[in-house]
Order: sequence, then structure tokens, then C-alpha cells
Amino acid sequence: MSSNDHAAVHVHRDDVGARMGMWLFLFTELLLFGGMFILYSVYRYNNPDAFHLAAKELNTIIGTFNTAILLTSSLTMALSITAIQRNNKSLSIFFQLLTVVLALGFMVNKYFEWTAKFNHGIYPGGEQLLSRESGEILFFGLYYVMTGLHGLHVIIGIVLILVMTRFTAKGIIRQDSYVKLESAGLYWHLVDIIWIFLFPLFYLIT
Amino acid sequence: MSDDTMSVRNNGIEPSYLDFQGKFKGLLGWLLSTDHKRIGLLYLISLSLFLIVGVAFGFLMRLELIAPGRTIMDPQTYNSIFTLHGVIMIFLFVIPGLPAVFGNFFLPILIGAKDVAFPRINLLSWYLYVAGGLLAIIAILLPGGPADTGWTFYIPYSVRTGTNVMIALFAAFILGFSSILTGLNFVTTVHRLRAPGMTWFKMPLSIWSFYATAWIQVLATPIIGITLLLVGLERIFSIGIFDPALGGDPVLYQHLFWIYSHPAVYIMILPAMGVVSEIIPVFARRTIFGYKFIAMSSIAIALFGSLVWAHHMFTAGMSDTGQFVFSLLTMIVAIPSAIKVFNWVATLYKGSIELSTPMLYVLAFIFQFTIGGLTGVMQGVLTIDIMVHDTSFIVAHFHYVMFGGTGFGFFAALHYWYPKMFGKMYNRKLAKTSFWFMFVGFNTLYFPMFIMGWLGMPRRYYDYLPEFTSYHFISTIGSWIVVVAFILMFGNLIYSLLKGAKVTEKNYWGGETLEWQTDTPPIHENFKEIPTVSDTPYQYTQNQDEQLTLQTEEAK
Repeated sequence: MSSNDHAAVHVHRDDVGARMGMWLFLFTELLLFGGMFILYSVYRYNNPDAFHLAAKELNTIIGTFNTAILLTSSLTMALSITAIQRNNKSLSIFFQLLTVVLALGFMVNKYFEWTAKFNHGIYPGGEQLLSRESGEILFFGLYYVMTGLHGLHVIIGIVLILVMTRFTAKGIIRQDSYVKLESAGLYWHLVDIIWIFLFPLFYLIT
Repeated sequence: MSDDTMSVRNNGIEPSYLDFQGKFKGLLGWLLSTDHKRIGLLYLISLSLFLIVGVAFGFLMRLELIAPGRTIMDPQTYNSIFTLHGVIMIFLFVIPGLPAVFGNFFLPILIGAKDVAFPRINLLSWYLYVAGGLLAIIAILLPGGPADTGWTFYIPYSVRTGTNVMIALFAAFILGFSSILTGLNFVTTVHRLRAPGMTWFKMPLSIWSFYATAWIQVLATPIIGITLLLVGLERIFSIGIFDPALGGDPVLYQHLFWIYSHPAVYIMILPAMGVVSEIIPVFARRTIFGYKFIAMSSIAIALFGSLVWAHHMFTAGMSDTGQFVFSLLTMIVAIPSAIKVFNWVATLYKGSIELSTPMLYVLAFIFQFTIGGLTGVMQGVLTIDIMVHDTSFIVAHFHYVMFGGTGFGFFAALHYWYPKMFGKMYNRKLAKTSFWFMFVGFNTLYFPMFIMGWLGMPRRYYDYLPEFTSYHFISTIGSWIVVVAFILMFGNLIYSLLKGAKVTEKNYWGGETLEWQTDTPPIHENFKEIPTVSDTPYQYTQNQDEQLTLQTEEAK
């Protein structure tokens, strides 16, 4: 009674349903981050000065660079879907892999950004951080948790897109059946859009 | 069983889902099945096991409390046991409860579908459930000792205690995932897979309940996910977000916790209300009164229920405006619940009521839910809440809703759909006996808690003043009666699986919804032909009633 066997009894395919399921899942992701955004707003409201000081320490240039990378990767993701719609398999695979490369670039930047902060003793439980006032501890606590959770989503996204690349190569994703790739794309745009909120909240508002 | 069905299959009749041969055979045919009915049964088995464990812990707690001072265990063990009782009952029984078992089994059938929208995700959600359950058990057995925080994991204690809180948190996190996947599946299924002709207002009322529940599962559960994750991170990395020593605010934790956990209360009760709406018309032989109001009140409960969370925190520190608003909203959420109760009672009025076991459980549900609901409104009143907060009054209140409501709803559904699910019938007389034990035991167990709570008995305490002794004593006696009822009920149901009378007729109770048009037990994909729906459910006519009388007479 596996799915294969199931398919043999009757072929059930519902692209609209699949898309609806994906959107519902994205709602849950938004609410997951929503809890964090609530915490951010409350603590920012309670500690405006400390948040101001702490935000100045983040490297806006790396942040901007990463934003550009992620936005571009959303573009390449969308292009890969258009490519498969036009039945250009190799171009679609190319754009998917390009998305993965950009995502990896984002993670590398993130790695350097975090290690630089670690080296300055600014990490949860770090001596340098603990010597500061509580508002700054909260800012960096939120910073690490929110960008960390976002980073985790980037990694999941990379794995997901690689699976899609394999599906495309094997012909499971093709011109007349690309809802899987579309869903992966939706997920990737969610990762992008969460970053678009994280970036101003941590880097730009000082 | 399989031998004679093989011959039946050769005659051209399709085998039931119990005998269906898929790609895998034997046990694997169950563990890898994506058939919603088999998954429903997997849930039923695992939920029942956890229910028994939860009941056992509750029984031990009550036994400890039979007399003041130490009776059978030390305070630390007691703390762990009430935590485990709460975690197991909430996360492993009542939250998944009806949707996972009866939603899975009957939601597709009731809307005339072959399966849920995402059968494989459905199976995944069961595996996540089992994984979460096993983790909860591992947390009990590992050195360090089971969590002793209460099921609410309140900070700062949950960060400071040395017990296995991490594993318990992770277990709850995974169970949340399972719940989300079930909800996501049900919303999509209801939108996409209704039979031709089944418009929204022709859906059975339980579908409205499952649908509203599914939305809460999807929208509220992520909040508890992130909250528990943060407590975990707080324990490992001391990020400070909730820790007052580092500037965090523990009251914010409580807000986030209840933003999920109050709507979760409606995840628990809504499906039971759906089952009640399903059963009442069948045994009152009447069309349900106020169909649209019952349907819409489910949505209203889901909506308002999401806006009342802070009434759990009236004593935790909140602005007067906040208290006022949340108090008001709490009163408002009672309105849709009351609409349901009035409509059920109106359906019973002048009905030709048959007091079969499911109906008895349903009537007890209405009685107990009304007590639980009204005492809930009392607690929404600020002045009273400050009096009764953290007393056993609260414990009595939510057990009247969770056990007297959801639990009894679960038993009603079990006794109602049992013949359809298994093609067997339980001993109806014994079932009624066990109902009466359950009803009397339940009320003996929890009603004294209202009184002693009102008089000032704090909840969760290991010890108490001698003046509360008699209440505790009566309550503990009640717990014994409940245990007897459980043994009778499960004994009857399990024995009848093996030795019960065979049921082959399609419509055992004379119901009007689609599940009674399928074979008993249903075939692999439910319907040989997808039915077309032309009318609202619960159209009971005289003609059918005569048929039913004939049937019951034959049965006698």
C-alpha cells in the first residue's frame, strides 16, 4: 500500500491542492518567525537606546551584500521555473544550481560575520557581551537566534533545491508537471522575504 | 478473518480496508500504509496506550492526595508525576485526540473522498507523533529524572531545573509538527476533495469542526514551536530572551505560551463538539436544529478563541486595559459555545430519543461541558479569577471541559463509529454499564475539587491542610470508579474485536451521513463510486424511521 501501489489503483494528481498545502505550510513558517518578531518589537520598545548602540556594531556592508545575493537567488529560482515551463530542462537545472551557489555564498558571508563577532567575545554567554547592559544582550540574543534560524532555513532550502535538481534531471519535474519545483520556489521566496524583514530590523534601524 | 474474505473477494466484492492487500503484507502493510483509515487505527492504538499511561499517573496522584502528608511518594516524584500526567494527556491524548483518530478515519468518508489530500504526509504525521511520544518516555527513564515543571514549562524554573526538560521540550516540539501536518492536510482535503454537490453548507457538522480545528492547528502551533525552541536555546546558550537575570521577560514567555495553548484548548474541544452534532440527530431522529449557526459557531470559536490567551495570566502582571479587554473577549467566546449547546438541546426537543451508549456519552458531554464552560466564564471575571487562580477550582474546571467534554466526546465517537470501523459490535449492555461508572466516577472525582478550590485549596500542591481531607478523600474514591469504568470500557471494546457479533449492514444506527453508505467495514478507497450529494445532511424522514424500527426489532 505504498504510494506506488496507491497510484496504480487510481492516479490522483491535484496541483491546486499541492500548492494550497504549500501555502498553508508557509503560513506556519511565517508564524514561527512571527513569534520572534513579537519578541523583537517588545524588547526594542523597552530598550531603544541599547538596541540603537548594538545595531551600530553590525556590518551594514556585508548585510547589504547578502541582501543582494538573496534577492538575486530568488530571481534565478523564478527563472528556473520559467525555463521548465518552456521545456528547457538544462537551462532550468542551470538556474537551480545557480540559486544553490548564491545561497552558499550567503552562508559563507554569514559565517564570516558570525566568527568576527565571536572573536570579539560577542556571543551568548560571552564575557564581552555579558559585561554590557541587558538591552544589548537581548539584541544580540535575538540577532543570533533569528539569523541563525533563518540560516537553518537557507540550508534546508539548499537541500530542497538540490533534490529538485535531481528530479528535473530524472524527468520527474517536467513541462507538464512542475508543481514540486514551484513549491520549492515558494519556499525559497519565503526564506528571501524573511531576510528582507531581518535586514532592516537588525542592520538598518539604528 | 482473512480466509473467508478471500473467498468474498473471488465473488467480485472488494475486500474491506482491514483485509486489503497492498504492496506490503502483514505488519508492514499497516506501518507503511497511506490509507487514512489504517492511519486512523494506528493513531487509535497509540493514543489509547498513552491514555492508559496518563490515567495511571492521574490515579497515582490522586492516591497520594488521599490523606495529608506523605502517602505513597515523595514530593519530587509527585511533581514529576503531575508534569507527566499533564504532558501526556495534553500533548499525546487530547490535542491529537479526535482529529487524529476519527478525523483521519471519517473526514474523507464524510465528504465523499477516497483519501486525504496528502496521504504520505498523513503517515509522516503519525510517525512524528510516535517519535514525540517515545521521546517523552525516554525523558522519564533517563538519569536526571523526568521534567518537574508542569506541562506549561514556565520560565525561569524550566531553565534552572536539572531534570530532563530538554527532551520533554523537544518531544512537545515534534508533536507540534505532527499536529501542524494533520491540520494542513485536513484544510486542503476539505477544500479540494469534497464530493460533487457537497457545497460548504451541505457538509456534515463534524467536518466544520474538524475544519475550524485544522486552521487553529496550522496557525497557532508554530508559536509554541518557536517558544519551546527558545526555552531550549535559553537552557543551552543562555541567550537571555526570557531569562530575567539577563534582561529577558518571563511574562513574555507566558504570553507566547498561551497564544498557542489557549487556542489549543479549542483544538481539543471543537472536534468533540462536532461529534456531538453528528450523533444527536441520529439518536433523536431529527434534523439538526440551527445547522448554519452550529457551523458558523465553530468558526467563531476558532476566531475568538485565538484572542483570549491572556486570561491565563490575570495574576501574572498586566495593564488594567489588557485585563479588561481579555476579560471581555473571554466572555464573548462563551457565546458561540452556548449557541451550540442551545441548538443541541433544541434538536433533542420532541425528538424520538434512543438512549444508546453514544447518546449517553453525548448527553453527559452536554451536562459536563456546560458546567465546565460556565465555570470558565466565572474565571473570566477578573475579581473571581484573582480568588480562584491556581486553586483546584481551575483543575476541576478544565477537567470538566477536557475530560468531561473532549474525553466523553471521544468515547461517544468510539462507541458510535465502532461497528463501522471494525465490522464488529460491542456488548451494548456492558457499554452502558461502563458509561454509568464513567459518569458517576468522573463527577465524584472532579466536583469536590470545585468546592475545595473555592475554599482555597491550591492546585499542584503535594500536601494540604487537614480541613480539605474529606474532599480529597471523596475525589480519590471517584478516581477508583473512573479506573473501573476504563477497564470495563476497554475490556468490552477489545473483547468484542475478537469475539463480538459481526456487523455487515451498511447503516448500523440509521445515520444519514455518507459513512453509512459505505460497506462495513469500508473498502480500501471507501467508495466504489464517488457519491453525488444533493441535500443537506441529517434529513430524517418518517420512512427511514420505520425502517430503523424494523432493524432494531430484528436486532432484538
